[in-house]
Amino acid sequence: MLHFSKLKIFSIIFVVILGILFFLPNLFTSNLSFLPKKKIVLGLDLQGGSYLLLEVNSKPLFKDKLEAKSFELKKKLRMERISYESFETTESIISFRLNLDNKENILKLLNENNLNESIDETNKELDYQILNDKIIINLSEAYKKRIKKNAMEQSLEIIRSRIDELGTREPTIIAQGEQRILIELPGIKNPKRIKEIIGTTAKLTFRFIADNNAKKTSYEKLQTKNELETYNVQKKLVLSGEHLTDAQPGFDNLNNSSVVNFKLDSFGAKKFAYATKNNIGKRLAIIIDNKVVSAPVVRDAITTGNGQISGSFSVEEANNLAIVLRSGALPAPMSIIEERTVGPDLGQESIDKGIVSLVIGFILVILYIFYNYRIFGLFANISLFINLILLISILTIIEATLTLPGIAGIILTVGMAVDANVLIYERIKEEMAMESNILIAFDNGYKKVLTTLLDANITTLIAAFVLYFIGSGPIKGFAVTLATGIITSLFTTFVLGRMFVSFYIKSKKGQELKI
Amino acid sequence: MINIYKTNIPFIKQYKKFYCLSLILILVSIFSLFSKGLNLGIDFKGGTIIEMQFNESLTSDKIRSSLLKQNLGDIKVKEFGNNKTYLAILEKKSGKSNFISNIKTSLEKDLNESINFRRVEMVGPKISKELTEAGIYAVCIALILMLFYIWLRFEWQFSLGAIVALLHDVILTLGTFSIIGFEFNLSIIAAVLTIVGYSMNDTVVIYDRIRENLKKDDTINLTDLINLSVNETLPRTLKTSITTLLALTAIYFFGGEILRGFSFALIWGVIVGTYSSIFIASPLILIFNVKRNWDEVVDNSP
Repeated sequence: MLHFSKLKIFSIIFVVILGILFFLPNLFTSNLSFLPKKKIVLGLDLQGGSYLLLEVNSKPLFKDKLEAKSFELKKKLRMERISYESFETTESIISFRLNLDNKENILKLLNENNLNESIDETNKELDYQILNDKIIINLSEAYKKRIKKNAMEQSLEIIRSRIDELGTREPTIIAQGEQRILIELPGIKNPKRIKEIIGTTAKLTFRFIADNNAKKTSYEKLQTKNELETYNVQKKLVLSGEHLTDAQPGFDNLNNSSVVNFKLDSFGAKKFAYATKNNIGKRLAIIIDNKVVSAPVVRDAITTGNGQISGSFSVEEANNLAIVLRSGALPAPMSIIEERTVGPDLGQESIDKGIVSLVIGFILVILYIFYNYRIFGLFANISLFINLILLISILTIIEATLTLPGIAGIILTVGMAVDANVLIYERIKEEMAMESNILIAFDNGYKKVLTTLLDANITTLIAAFVLYFIGSGPIKGFAVTLATGIITSLFTTFVLGRMFVSFYIKSKKGQELKI
Repeated sequence: MINIYKTNIPFIKQYKKFYCLSLILILVSIFSLFSKGLNLGIDFKGGTIIEMQFNESLTSDKIRSSLLKQNLGDIKVKEFGNNKTYLAILEKKSGKSNFISNIKTSLEKDLNESINFRRVEMVGPKISKELTEAGIYAVCIALILMLFYIWLRFEWQFSLGAIVALLHDVILTLGTFSIIGFEFNLSIIAAVLTIVGYSMNDTVVIYDRIRENLKKDDTINLTDLINLSVNETLPRTLKTSITTLLALTAIYFFGGEILRGFSFALIWGVIVGTYSSIFIASPLILIFNVKRNWDEVVDNSP
């Protein structure tokens, strides 16, 4: 255990030097080309920033799809001259009573025509159930899954493009599970604007305000943005936001307010021209997410395909609206289900406090070890110091994120790394009491302690692994530092420390030694 | 066998006293956990935490009464670190994008001061449920894996002894959090798992020595053998605990407000873990009556 071949010594020194090289960029930025440049990645809790978890709410989508199906179904039933009674569409089911003689025809309709895009059993869009003379139809699970998946993919793309437009520094935007999107925005001070932009569905429609004598079922009551006014807005759309090709914030000098100018594609422009030409004098409501933004009177036919949305916006509101309109509407509304934001000043404070407690903890430990083991304590302390450097350099190399609990993990590792030294030295003390040959006593000590050392550290490693796989965010950071720390401390105490000790006792051959 | 240390403390002979003590502590902990429960943080209960910094000193009551006007459910406000920083814990959570900014605007208007929201954490009900489940899973899985490892490496008596000691530590830690009323959040789960690892580590070192001594000598009576093993490893046990505690105390005092609960849990855990390795885990080997005829050939030659 005390013999080190030249190759071994060389490898150990090589590892330590490599560790120091990768550690250095964390202290200062250098221009030397042979030095690595990578610095340790700080978690959002240390560098400040925002963590947002969004959930796509697919329920309204299911409702929309079911409504569309119900509309189609009614049309088909009428076309096929099949009679039905008490036809009803709720949020999740379509139901009606049928004449049992027609059962075959209806089933044929449900199974074969284009109500289902595919008649393959596993890909069916509708499920139905017949109870006596009542048929109950709902969206199939497979179809719902498909809807969810599409909504998720679209949402992810739209959210990405919206956040890109804001020019945020290195955002992370990834899907998590079936209907969640995780967003990490490092360095952002106030996520208010981002939250507004991703929280807006931006479903834009143009609809005329209903006449006073319009049929009750043909319009709905919608409020304005400030919820002060209510308009009767036709259910029939003139145009929806899909036909927008561009939207830019602008300024209306006439009214001294910010506006959003938009351009329509050729289909949209034609439709818009037609609708405005035939409805001069009427009020056209511009509706975003079921709120009337403005309802200007149509004075002329608009044939250019260019338009303007004014609604007493602030400059920022106009900017935001332009961004969300350009990116297109989210397929379904999203809600924030988890948010963790740390301001940059708090982050810096946490780093400072973390470093102060690390230094103090380290000094206390070093003094205590030195007091207990003197010269051997010094060896332990040197390996402890190198352990710290190796730990940080490995964290830098594997691009682990250093979080506040992670710093605590490092300090804890400092405390626990000592354990290996203590185990070894205490064991050697015991061996020395039984064995007069110091070399043999040391050798035995190292040999006998190895199993204990492994058993003890593997149990802690297990805890760290479980934390890593089950924990989230900061906890993961803690687990990574703890696990890495255990491995580096085994190396520094059992290999590096042993090398120091072996050099020392060989140089003192024959002399009295005391631990 | 010779004991090179002066210590020959009869830990094992006294074990019934310590079992009584532990039993009382466990009962008190369980009673508190059931009657008072844990002071669950927003990670497990859902809600919103805002750390706010003011330009001038205010009282927590003033901030609280201002927040109460906003209809945010149950509200707690406490000083956090220096006297211009406060932590508001709100029962309400919301998926709306302007939830936080509305609170800020209303509060600034009402108190007529500009406020720096240094930290905001909002956890919705779904997430808190998931985090709770994940936390429970984490502790259980870690326990099972460690026990499996001990069972592979040692006899079943050791494995059982280790689990009893670990449960002892976990219950006492949870009980302490319940009695003191410290907030129990995600990082405390991490702390509990670390304690589990640490206490296991401690127990393994003593068990290793017991096993080694069992192989060396099968004539000495089991009580003395275990007692000898505990005494032999005692210097290591104490020194390691002291160094770990030194490092942890540094975090507790200098690591800032956010790490205080976390480091407290670890400090308490190290103390309890050390105690349980000596007074709970070791006597259990005696109680479970581990086998004596170890057939392995032991090489005693230098």
